[in-house]
Amino acid sequence: MTTFIIRRVATIIPTLVFVSLLIFGLQQLLPGDPAMILAGEERDPTVIAHLRETMHLDQPFPVRYAYWLRGVLHGDLGESLRLQQPVRGLIADKLPVTLELACIAIVIALAIGIPAGVVSAVKRGTVWDYGANVVALWGLSTPNFWLGIMLILLFSVTLGWLPASGYVSPFDDWRANIASMIMPAFVLGNAIAAVLMRHTRSAMLQVLSSDYVRTARAKGVLERDVVLKHALRNALIPIITLGALEFGTLLSGAVLTEQVFTIPGFGKLIVDAVFNRDYAVVQGVVLFTATAYIVLNLLADIAYAIVNPRIRVQ
Amino acid sequence: MVNAFRRCTLIVVCALLPALGAYAQTLRIGLAEDPDVLDPTLARSFVGRIVFASLCDKLFDIDEKLAIVPQLATGYEWSADNKTLTIKLRTDVTFHDGEKLDAAAVKYSLERHKTMAGSNRRGELAPLASVDVVDAATVRLNLTAPFSPLLAQLADRAGMIVSPKAAQAEGDKFGAKPVCAGPFKFVERVAQDRIVLERYANYWNKANVHFDRVVYLPIPDSTVRLANLRSGQLDFIERLGPSDVPQVKSDARLKLTKITEIGYQGITINVGKSDLAQKNPLGRDPRVREAFELALDRDGIVQVANDGEGDPGNQWVAPTNAFYAKGMPIPQRNVARAKELLQQAGVTNPSFTLMTPTTADAQRIAQVVQAMAREAGFDVKIQSTEFATSLDLADKGQFDAYVLAWSGRADPDGNIFSFDACKQPLNYAGYCKPEVDDILNRSRSTRDVAERTKLFGELAAIVLKDRPIIYLYHRHWLWAYVSKLDGLRAIPDGLPRVTGVRFK
Repeated sequence: MTTFIIRRVATIIPTLVFVSLLIFGLQQLLPGDPAMILAGEERDPTVIAHLRETMHLDQPFPVRYAYWLRGVLHGDLGESLRLQQPVRGLIADKLPVTLELACIAIVIALAIGIPAGVVSAVKRGTVWDYGANVVALWGLSTPNFWLGIMLILLFSVTLGWLPASGYVSPFDDWRANIASMIMPAFVLGNAIAAVLMRHTRSAMLQVLSSDYVRTARAKGVLERDVVLKHALRNALIPIITLGALEFGTLLSGAVLTEQVFTIPGFGKLIVDAVFNRDYAVVQGVVLFTATAYIVLNLLADIAYAIVNPRIRVQ
Repeated sequence: MVNAFRRCTLIVVCALLPALGAYAQTLRIGLAEDPDVLDPTLARSFVGRIVFASLCDKLFDIDEKLAIVPQLATGYEWSADNKTLTIKLRTDVTFHDGEKLDAAAVKYSLERHKTMAGSNRRGELAPLASVDVVDAATVRLNLTAPFSPLLAQLADRAGMIVSPKAAQAEGDKFGAKPVCAGPFKFVERVAQDRIVLERYANYWNKANVHFDRVVYLPIPDSTVRLANLRSGQLDFIERLGPSDVPQVKSDARLKLTKITEIGYQGITINVGKSDLAQKNPLGRDPRVREAFELALDRDGIVQVANDGEGDPGNQWVAPTNAFYAKGMPIPQRNVARAKELLQQAGVTNPSFTLMTPTTADAQRIAQVVQAMAREAGFDVKIQSTEFATSLDLADKGQFDAYVLAWSGRADPDGNIFSFDACKQPLNYAGYCKPEVDDILNRSRSTRDVAERTKLFGELAAIVLKDRPIIYLYHRHWLWAYVSKLDGLRAIPDGLPRVTGVRFK
């Protein structure tokens, strides 16, 4: 097992080097001079020259990469030239916000998607099934930004129940935190719920037509137990995998929702950085995300190996 | 009995009054963007200037009529040769860290603006050679050459005075915790979320400060910004979307203020920036540019591109500005004359590419210009390009025409010099004429308003015929706020001043 882990960890290093080269290289391909955009409206040539020097843009690509890599190896992801704040601090500030948003969104998605999928499969061909499908289709085809604005108009402007945008830390005021998170989380969760519902439905239909379910019914097991204990548990395996994948996507893919609800999260950070050509922030955030994915992948591999000894041997 | 009751009521009311007064009042302002670094020397964004208006006082300010008025200064005097400006300072001003604001602090700040690496103020203060401390309340600014826009520069970020003690201690990190001498002091900033300022108890003009806190919340989406205002989470929003104006007008709880900007929306034409200028009839032949301008209906452009929220214009300043050249009024649309000019130029169907940033208003301008110009025979191809990329292409001269806006400066020099003088950083058109440079330099060396007006008239007569930039209109700054907010002053730079503002 130890050899397996060492071997897997060793493979991470070249992957990370490759990823870092890719991030750095791709960013150089972005059109537009970052110094010029950072210099602001006046675009003073001396300011542009100073920024080029600060960002090492006057150096060749390998030298720039070496500067950046040296910083990364020392735990320094650089500094946002636009905000004059360390990238590490920005990531530390924004990540918990997006994590919280993603967690609540995924809970909402599971709470809507799985029951709807089960009902749809069990009541196949009935009005319940069609109803659930319509809801799923609605969830899939409703743009996040439109739904977000509609919710704001209803719950904030008309009813005045929830804040229209912004974020309050749970450590400052947990009630205000929930109030600020519920709408964006619902918008995100709604789209994922639709995907989960469709997958749950097809997985449940498959399981419900299998032999062991028929046997359970023949033994006289209550229909409720057949559905929830025998069928759903098996159908859940691909759903959980899908849920986990969707969660990963949420971390970097909540950009539009974060923009509409002005949630100062990860997605908004990277989008603003790209448009402002704040290279250090883009590089730092992408590297962090890539590393997180690689590490999570490694942990999953290790978990598989613990569960299934054959993987270790392979 | 009744009298006793009245007396009791009076006592209770009197007892409550101070408590009501002590109730902490916060003004919540919705911004269209997240400001950049909050260091007056390094700052570069328009939105950052909104925060600075509460945080950092300047030597001078501008009023509703664009006149220069003293702020940290009490008065000034120019030398006879216009090369020395002596400024008298207030003696009752302290910075937020308690340090005294005196002539030495002013000298330090101006020199910081001039010498700090990456300073965005260096260009604005280019003619400033040195600063002398005459006495604790007097500074003398020595210039290399007469420079009439200097006062206007000192009424913006170049005139903001920072605490030397804090600036020395923080170095280039000063923007993370700025210490100035404005009505509010810095408390905290959460990037992309909020900037919180708190009333400075020892502010020199504290009688005019009626809020305990000001919180700036960047909310980029204008619909969401308005929703926040309507749901009571904000008290004021800047840059209301023009299409949202009817909604605000119909809401009795809200008020609207419109201000014509000091900047402009225009189309820059490559007349000499690169070889492309000679390859295209638009850049090559002034008659084609005249025909293009005559094909445009500015009123129509304002209606379509900005829902009517703008004033048509044909110069670098709005027609209401004192320096507007009245001899060169807005030309009316004349498609027949445009076709005639094209015929004279020998190009009946000229084709060119109109580059535009991807912002919604710029795109709408491009589309309506394309449709209008088509009627005169122009084939305009729209090239939507992400802003940073479009700037890069413009700087390299890889464009025929470019939809570009300028936020404007209080002195007209700030709207024209860098765009039309030879080899200036914002001269994307590649325009260069010695007589234009000469007039621009002469307008800088005289302080006489009548003389400057005359010079700008001469300038307009040349530049508006050469058309390196075709000016289209001046947007309205649209402010929406709760009705109880009182005392807002409509300053043309579009920056809300919190001093003097209160809840009714």
